[in-house]
Amino acid sequence: MRNMAVPILHVDQVSKSFGGPGGEGGAKQIDALRNVSLTIQKGEFVCLIGASGCGKSTLLRLIGGFDTATSGAAKMWDTPITEPGPERGMVFQDYGLFPWLTVRGNIGFGLVARRRPRKEVADVSTRFIEMVGLTRFADAYPHQLSGGMKQRVAIARVLANDAEVLLMDEPFGALDAMTRERLQEELLDLWQRTKLTVIFVTHAIEEAIFLADRVVVMSPSPGRIESDHRISLPRSRDVASPEFNQIRRAIAAELVSHHAPKARPATEPVPEHADAAK
Amino acid sequence: MGTNGSRTFVAALFPLCILAMWWAGAGAASHNLIPSPVEVAKALWDLAFGGINDDAFSGTLLTHLVASTSRVYGGFLLAAVLALPLGMMIGRIPFMRDLLEPSLQVLRPIPVTAWLPLAMILFGIGPTSALFLVFLGAFYPILINTVFGVRSVETRLFEAAAMLGVSKSAMFPKVVLPAAMPTIFTGLRLGLGFAWVVIVVGEMTGVQTGLGAIIMEARQLSRTEIVICGMITIGIAGYLTDRFIQWVGSRLLRWSPLHA
Repeated sequence: MRNMAVPILHVDQVSKSFGGPGGEGGAKQIDALRNVSLTIQKGEFVCLIGASGCGKSTLLRLIGGFDTATSGAAKMWDTPITEPGPERGMVFQDYGLFPWLTVRGNIGFGLVARRRPRKEVADVSTRFIEMVGLTRFADAYPHQLSGGMKQRVAIARVLANDAEVLLMDEPFGALDAMTRERLQEELLDLWQRTKLTVIFVTHAIEEAIFLADRVVVMSPSPGRIESDHRISLPRSRDVASPEFNQIRRAIAAELVSHHAPKARPATEPVPEHADAAK
Repeated sequence: MGTNGSRTFVAALFPLCILAMWWAGAGAASHNLIPSPVEVAKALWDLAFGGINDDAFSGTLLTHLVASTSRVYGGFLLAAVLALPLGMMIGRIPFMRDLLEPSLQVLRPIPVTAWLPLAMILFGIGPTSALFLVFLGAFYPILINTVFGVRSVETRLFEAAAMLGVSKSAMFPKVVLPAAMPTIFTGLRLGLGFAWVVIVVGEMTGVQTGLGAIIMEARQLSRTEIVICGMITIGIAGYLTDRFIQWVGSRLLRWSPLHA
């Protein structure tokens, strides 16, 4: 581990349900998260992985302050998280860039919103534009950028805003394989230089093992943490090495078991012709 | 250049066909109610510069054009000044929506023409009524688009702004307004277009000058060539106005793929 263990985030017995009687979303209650606890150390790179519906994005959004837990609490530095804030920067899969602002404007947005002096906004923006290699595109608008460039802007935008924790919700899921690999490398490089804490949601096992110090495996219905793997392979990691594959197989086996059909009660008829009837 | 040239040629094809049919049709009958293109061209020249007929219409085009243009822009500005803030409130404040939207939905389908008698009672015969009717024509497109624009801002943008430190009270100027600009702009463009559409109705209220006024006057005198001159002038003026506002849009909204 790079740092002394200093816990920065605590998720304590958090449950989140949607729907149900009197709730939002309809009659059927869905337990997106049930009694989830997780402690993250400062400077750690944690990947949350799991099948869809396992609550990994819900957990990330709770830490981001975008949703509130049904019970339990998430805390950062012992302060309960109640709303989004600059110290917890979120990178969305669909970028969430402001289309009316240039690359420079997007990266300086948080600083302008917090009324920092013009000079500081300009200097910091320039520094982070350089950091993500978009100097030539500083005055371009989001619709003129490729997906990979947009995601670089989204990352630079939260870093420029002094984020301590970087929350990433399948950030590279919409990118092509080549761009994804390059951004993974760049992200690791940034992380090593900035000592950020990163929580990264993904459904790609290889991505998780390549990036993380810790891979937290979640499973659905109800959403919960299944296992917590510390990845101690030296960086930069070789995805083709036997050690890497060993971990990949172990996690893949866990994830497959979540998909395995549950034993049906014998009394419940199997709706063989359900599709044909429609 | 070549592409531009050929596009201009294609664009000219349709009006040329219409002109040819008009010419043929107008020349075919001896006692025709529709004047030929040549008569209309002469009338337009006379209307603009005088020197051919030297009657009450001669050389008055500029006066009428200025009168109509000022009513169009006056009514449009009035509509914008009212519809923009109202639309923003209806779009963002649930109470205002509940209070006003149902009534506005009922008022909206009433055509401007139907308001004519009431407008003349309320505002008298003359330019105020004309201004009111133009205002009504421009009001709804601006209002509807403003409501839609400020209401349909992506949730993601609010989340992104909140995460970057924008307070709830600053969301409107920082996120809602810029995000809604393209839609609002479309509303303004449609509103100005409608203002030109309703100018003739607006000037049926007994005003002396204006393109609508001469169309109505020429109609009573069976001067159909003057009617057509008025129509052509409105078409061109509306077209030029729209080109101008589109140009402004492409400058202000360079970021929007729809406007750039």
